Amino acid sequence: MFAFLLNRLAHAVLVLLVVSILAFTLGSTVGDPVASILGLDATPADRAALRARLRLDEPVVLRYFLYLGDLLSGRLGNSYGAQRPIIDLLAERIPATVELALAALVLSVAIGVPLGVFAAAHPERRIVRFLMTSSVIGVSVPTFILGIILIFTFSLTLGWLPSFGRGEVLKFEYWTTGYLTASGLKSLIMPAICLAIGQIALVARLARAEMMGVLRTDYIRFARARGLSDRAVNFSHALRNTLIPIITVSGIQLGYLVAFAVVVEQVFQWPGMGTLFLQALSQTDVPLISAFLMAAALFFVSINLVVDLLYAIADPRLRIRSLAHGAGG
Amino acid sequence: MTPHTPGEATLLQRLRRHPVAGSLLATPVTLVALFALALVLACAIFAPWIARTNPYDLATLDLLDSHLPPAFMAKGDPRFLLGTDSQGADLASLLLYGLRVSLLVGLLAVSISVTLGTIAGLVSGYFGGLVDSIVMRIADIQFTFPAMMLALLIGGVSQSLLPNDKRAALAMPIVVLALGISHWPHFARLVRGAVLVERQKDYVAAAQLAGRGHPVLMFRHILPNVLNPIFVLATLDIAFAIMAEATLSFLSFGMPPTQPSLGTLIRIGYGYLYSGEWWVVVFPALTLVVLLVSINIVGDWLRDLLDPKLR
Repeated sequence: MFAFLLNRLAHAVLVLLVVSILAFTLGSTVGDPVASILGLDATPADRAALRARLRLDEPVVLRYFLYLGDLLSGRLGNSYGAQRPIIDLLAERIPATVELALAALVLSVAIGVPLGVFAAAHPERRIVRFLMTSSVIGVSVPTFILGIILIFTFSLTLGWLPSFGRGEVLKFEYWTTGYLTASGLKSLIMPAICLAIGQIALVARLARAEMMGVLRTDYIRFARARGLSDRAVNFSHALRNTLIPIITVSGIQLGYLVAFAVVVEQVFQWPGMGTLFLQALSQTDVPLISAFLMAAALFFVSINLVVDLLYAIADPRLRIRSLAHGAGG
Repeated sequence: MTPHTPGEATLLQRLRRHPVAGSLLATPVTLVALFALALVLACAIFAPWIARTNPYDLATLDLLDSHLPPAFMAKGDPRFLLGTDSQGADLASLLLYGLRVSLLVGLLAVSISVTLGTIAGLVSGYFGGLVDSIVMRIADIQFTFPAMMLALLIGGVSQSLLPNDKRAALAMPIVVLALGISHWPHFARLVRGAVLVERQKDYVAAAQLAGRGHPVLMFRHILPNVLNPIFVLATLDIAFAIMAEATLSFLSFGMPPTQPSLGTLIRIGYGYLYSGEWWVVVFPALTLVVLLVSINIVGDWLRDLLDPKLR
């Protein structure tokens, strides 16, 4: 298990290094930082001084290491567009995206898992067949079309829910939350559902497949032979053994949720990382784009690491291997 | 089974026994999807002959025709079946040409990921060792990011870095490359797995003993035997590519308004939704959904038919 985790950790570092080289290349080849800071009518002496201060005349390898040092100490520079430190911009936007993705993740697991269990326990029911067929539609409808449908129905036609923004938010130190205000929760409903629907279909399909496998095993037949109720067998015996793959996949889903959150944020004008990134792209705000690349890499690498860790804890085969190797293995 | 003469079985009964037609008849949903897909493909291929106007030809536009609702509505004009957009362009024609663009981008993108992924997977599975480690490590690095995110990063960043006047002209190659690159590892992993199995088989050893070289072994002997799963994944991947292209275009980092895909049309139409012009967004969205749902259903059916082992 130790060797497995070490391998995954090395992989994570490799990914971060590759992305940091890309981000560095992007930041140092596109645009002229001196011109963008001083403007066009600066004197050559001023420019030379700034070049020296930014250490732009150093060899490229040294500049890359300086850049790495800046990254590690959180000095991400200023955004061209907003003229503010990028680290502040990111800190402002992260809570919105995290709260959106978290709400969607909870929705997709809370609805998807029971649906999948039900479908596996009653494969012949007409409603189950109907649900499995319509899950193809759930997977096929693009997120932004779903968002447009929701806005058209619940904002424009019925006028029940706000069509954009996060509503009122409460501020605690570095974090802003919309979970605690009525307008914040109202604003969260549609984006969270929009983001969750495709995932609900995927989680339900996975939970069903896992459950069908487990229901065929001997210990389930013995549990039934002992006269336990269907509910007890399905939920406390069978579901427990399907939870591990479901938890793992939920971790991977969180990655997908964040990817599609960019789209949902754009449709609902949600003030998160996604809208910030799209803004940076449309303004060609190079420092912000390369900072976003690093932030995205860090996020996905961490998600993968956590999933791998869960895997290592949950998969008995990995545990046995580490026991066999003893304390040093 | 009792022997029978052809005269005894009706055509329907004979069709039911046929492996392909039989599985189609057993699932009417698939039949409908196949029909819908054929219809959509025909519309896309014959668009220049079906469409009433050429939407790329600005001379045909008349601003007096703009903002017209579909023909079946009270204020509609019989010339414009699905209404017009803000420029006075015929929405039905825009839709047919947009469908073409969406399908073309999807097919090109998938052919890039199939080609890249198949070659990488073949080489990696066939030679093993260091080559295998390097190729699979690169694939692994890419797998860290969801494909949609990667397509957005590649497509968005390269569009953003281009000067404004070149964006429209280079939009299609950029989108195709971004989508193609973001999905090749799926094919590489699939092909590598299949090649590892095939390599152990006797026919490969026999061909090797007959003195065939590596390229011949890889492409003439092993490749034909791993084509089925590639074909299935490619079909399902077209749906992903079309969806991702539409998403990129909706976020305005895909196809430009001068050469709109379905996603571009939806983005432009979305702006008019608040003023009540529902048709400019509803019809493109409906077309896209029908296209994606039917590709996915047909893809699932092909998967069950050709390769029951896959997933």
